[in-house]
Amino acid sequence: MAFFFEVLINGLLVGVMYSLVALGFALIYKASDVFNFAQGDMSLLAGLALVGFLTVMPLWLAILCTIGVMTILAYGTVYMVFRPLLARPPLILFMAAIGLSFLVQGIGQAIWGTDAKGLNIGIPDNPIEFGEIWISSFDLIFGAVAGILVLLLVLFFQKTRTGRALRAVADDHEAALSVGIPLLRAWAVTWVVAGIVATVAGIAWGSRLGVQFSLSLIALKALPVLILGGIDSIPGAILAGLVIGAGENLAEVFLGPYVGGGIQTFFPYLVALIFLWFKPYGMFGKEIIERV
Amino acid sequence: MFYRECGNLKDSYASDMAIFPIPLDRWGVGVMLILAFIVIPFAASDYWLSSIMIPFYCFSLAALGLNFLTGYAGQVSIGHAAFMAVGAYSSLILYSRYGIPLIPSVLGGGVVAAAVGAVFGIPSLRLKGFYLAVSTLAAQFIIEWVLTHWKWVSGGVFGTIDTPALRIFGFEINTATEKYFLVLCFLVPLVVMGKNLVRGHLGRSWMAIRDMDVAAEIIGISLFRDKVTAFAVSSFYAGVAGSLVTMTYYGAANIEEFNLILSFHLLGMIIIGGMGTVLGSFFGAGFMVLLPILINQTMLTFMQRVPSDLRANSEAIVFGALIVLFLIVEPYGMARLWQTVKDKLRLWPFPY
Amino acid sequence: MNQQREPLLQVEDISISFGGLQALNKVSFQVFPREIMAIIGPNGAGKTTMLNVINGVYTPDTGRIVFEGKERPRGMKPHHVAATGIARTFQNLALFKGMTTLGNIMVGRTQKMRSNIFSQSIYWGFSQKEEIRHREAVEWIIDFLEIENIRKQPAGMLPYGLQKRVELARALAAEPKLLLLDEPMAGMNLEEKEDIARFILDANEELDYTIVLIEHDMGVVMDICDRIVVLDFGNKIAEGTPEEVKSNPKVIQAYLGEG
Repeated sequence: MAFFFEVLINGLLVGVMYSLVALGFALIYKASDVFNFAQGDMSLLAGLALVGFLTVMPLWLAILCTIGVMTILAYGTVYMVFRPLLARPPLILFMAAIGLSFLVQGIGQAIWGTDAKGLNIGIPDNPIEFGEIWISSFDLIFGAVAGILVLLLVLFFQKTRTGRALRAVADDHEAALSVGIPLLRAWAVTWVVAGIVATVAGIAWGSRLGVQFSLSLIALKALPVLILGGIDSIPGAILAGLVIGAGENLAEVFLGPYVGGGIQTFFPYLVALIFLWFKPYGMFGKEIIERV
Repeated sequence: MFYRECGNLKDSYASDMAIFPIPLDRWGVGVMLILAFIVIPFAASDYWLSSIMIPFYCFSLAALGLNFLTGYAGQVSIGHAAFMAVGAYSSLILYSRYGIPLIPSVLGGGVVAAAVGAVFGIPSLRLKGFYLAVSTLAAQFIIEWVLTHWKWVSGGVFGTIDTPALRIFGFEINTATEKYFLVLCFLVPLVVMGKNLVRGHLGRSWMAIRDMDVAAEIIGISLFRDKVTAFAVSSFYAGVAGSLVTMTYYGAANIEEFNLILSFHLLGMIIIGGMGTVLGSFFGAGFMVLLPILINQTMLTFMQRVPSDLRANSEAIVFGALIVLFLIVEPYGMARLWQTVKDKLRLWPFPY
Repeated sequence: MNQQREPLLQVEDISISFGGLQALNKVSFQVFPREIMAIIGPNGAGKTTMLNVINGVYTPDTGRIVFEGKERPRGMKPHHVAATGIARTFQNLALFKGMTTLGNIMVGRTQKMRSNIFSQSIYWGFSQKEEIRHREAVEWIIDFLEIENIRKQPAGMLPYGLQKRVELARALAAEPKLLLLDEPMAGMNLEEKEDIARFILDANEELDYTIVLIEHDMGVVMDICDRIVVLDFGNKIAEGTPEEVKSNPKVIQAYLGEG
């Protein structure tokens, strides 16, 4: 029984990380109707940049510089890719994001190298005992960090003027424009925020798995989370991340041995698929009614 | 005055609706067929035949399949490579394990892929756009897992199936030229049939679904039937392409070759080549096959030896940049650029 | 105008609401064969919603549709409804912008196409003959609506007035028993309106089509329609000939406001 809880809690902590990545997606989608396929590659870029900067400067400066890099990326993406594509159908934007993901990945690896790098920013990874359950301190700390970040984001969007402006943009581009909100700058800010989220995710996963190409695939894990939660719902992303993280871990540990393992790759997608059938817009997503 | 369209009047609907109504186009196709069947096989080196032409033809076929689904019918798919894998494994099982002759095996691979594709097309009844794309991604992962973990298929976890000697009617196929002809003989009829499909009623229904599916349904198009058909047909082409490329190029059915990256590359092929056109599939596939070579050659002019990392990253950068560029500047891809060139030639030398 | 005829379409007690908003409230009316009927009413009255219900896009909460004497099963999908012989044009244009004019109109022939995927892929033989046959029918409509010179142009590039006409052609191509037109003259100048009005009359007189149209231009409505149904806030407030409707106090109040 304790083992079950251990698996569950570890899964939940992983789930928090998924929520974080999904949050980045949800933010950009809410603001600009673009599904940012490049989110994972942005995490990879952040991780690579951080490791690169760490070789020449202290941690706090390295993090600042990384955020600087992500800001440049955000502005570049919005002004060079999505401004020209402003009124295009969602299919086109989706494919542009795919193109972007290759671009970001290629540039990041070209500048900072393709080999896997270790990232150690000094977060202890000790197993902590809770009764009969063992949880790694690293997971706990990052779970807490992610939780705080989510809270900050929610506060930012609900309480600050910029946040409200971004939500207005997400709701209705034209209406927001007519109230004087500069659309492109709002987008850029959203992408910067998503970049920060990507950085935190990049640090978390990078410390865990090492900063390498497979980091970009983490983003693909976030997709089922978005499906479950609803692509434009922040509470949905959070809740669904936890569900997927826990579910995936439980499935792999308890079902995996019967079928030769490797379940965690597709299990979230299977869940998403089944969910999509009955509730195409997810737990909290907005339903889109087409009028003729 | 090369490319004339005036004076080219049609006196029957049949000739107006022919595949190549302009005589020069007919000549052009004739020349290409001669090139493909006669000139290239005898003039090209084995390297060109086996490393360039064969994968070019196979990926053109796969890209054409994806074009049916995404370019014509508007259903985004990022799991297309998985259907190629289904075709590859099925046809090899039919051929090497059950001794079914080569041509039916390849076609059988296509049929199995079509069936699987149809099943994964069912979500298109309820899902659109992003959600549908995710369901195709699910197809990619699920199929990958099944093909590697189902012992009957793969003969062990992550098993591969080797290609035995290829034989048609007792005639053994092992030289590059012979393999080239094998692929070509599948390619040509399938492309012709594909072209017929897209100019006919099914193609129009697909485009109607792509452009405005609610209206299409009101006009009488069965969305479900035609969408699932699109998945099935596109998966059939993917399956045949997967079988051919495995038998004549890779040598063994290996799931690693049909991974998510390939699915992205196929999507990129039709974006760059031209969505919703048959020709675009060829442009896109040709581009992808030649890209590594082009990059390699370009870099060799600047440095002694090109590290494979740098080359791989440069490919990714160029690929991604071109996708974005084409989407911004010419969303209809190289096929549209080609059309523009032809249009200009039509008026040459009178551009005004 | 003999009321002895069997109605082609009977709308009985149709109610439908969207998230608390009652779009249609127990609306009933009849459409007789070979007549031109208008549905009029202020904006938001539920006119387009009514057409959508007839097309099967929306399933009403209550009520039933009887077409050609047969009650329509609840929840019948739009493409099956189309098969019973109902065609439609749309208020905001629903042309397939990626196809040519010819392609768009040929899609209108969907119901009549019989060849399957295999014969289409081979083309020669059955499929080719069918394509030619339908092409001839479509060319007839192109002549009828005088749009010969834009046949091969992409529909997305046409001027608005011509796009409306192509959409009309597409609906006519289905050779429907009932033709539903949603504001076929919206946004047109006087000359274009006269053209469309002429085409509608021709379709009715020469081809014997039954037509239901939504229209805001009262002049047109009074001129070409046999009967009118008036909706206001989802309720039917009048049904009758133009004279009857014109002098109906409820109609006057709905259009001119209270008092």
